Amino acid sequence: MPILNALLAGLIFGAGLLVSGMANPAKVLGFLDIAGNWDPSLAFVMAGAIAIGSVGFAMARRRKYSLFDAAMLLPTASRIDRRVLAGSAMFGAGWGLAGFCPGPALVCVGSGEFGAMLFVVAMLVGMKIFALAEQRPSQTNGS
Amino acid sequence: MSVDLVHFSPFSALVGGLLIGFAAALLVLGNGRIAGISGIIGSLLDTTSSDRAWRAAFVLGLFAAPWIFKLFTALPPVTIASSPPVLVVAGLLVGIGTRYASGCTSGHGVCGLSRGSARSLAATVTFMAMGFFAVFVTRHLLGF
Repeated sequence: MPILNALLAGLIFGAGLLVSGMANPAKVLGFLDIAGNWDPSLAFVMAGAIAIGSVGFAMARRRKYSLFDAAMLLPTASRIDRRVLAGSAMFGAGWGLAGFCPGPALVCVGSGEFGAMLFVVAMLVGMKIFALAEQRPSQTNGS
Repeated sequence: MSVDLVHFSPFSALVGGLLIGFAAALLVLGNGRIAGISGIIGSLLDTTSSDRAWRAAFVLGLFAAPWIFKLFTALPPVTIASSPPVLVVAGLLVGIGTRYASGCTSGHGVCGLSRGSARSLAATVTFMAMGFFAVFVTRHLLGF
């Protein structure tokens, strides 16, 4: 059951990315182009997602276990450190460069977009580079 | 600045957003986990991590979404204007950056803001600001 639930969540998440326009890099870049011909649509994606998400997380916070008896694993990190700021700055630069963030890129790989496949392969390489760099100096555990 | 009324689509954006929020709520209430795509993929890449089945199922759902979508209605248009080298550089930045920051648009943006996390708010403000900046530089200064 928990596996099916995760599959269903992935399907609905992906459908949401498609319906909202987030899965279209041209739409994302139109949103990020405030100095040009700005398309504010994606602000409505965030508003809709947080409207429902905040209800879900408020319910989750009151539970010790999930509906399928898994431990409720909510993030505990709260420090606003160099990692979260520098990492987000890098991510934002890449996002603004091509208009892809991880979720939409995976959905577009599913629909067979060559450009998305190229982006995802590079993204996986980037993640692997990060994992290798993390292992080396010290065994600090991030998340 | 002008507003692009031709492409402005507040209704579909809101409906899509509601679906995304619902999916995030479903995953946390059902599996007790955050729907953070970069974290999910990052853990799948790490062959030593346990608890990979739900992550693989979630990613499979993302891949399959356009196929299920197509059964009901036509897929919305996707325009990828970036050249292959730009896509590769962007992918590397997104891969390293999201892992360094422990989250992306979904983990920090959707889930973090829904939880009221100040750390995620700082992440979201930072990646949005850099996104605006990158588009400004590429479109208006370099003229891509």
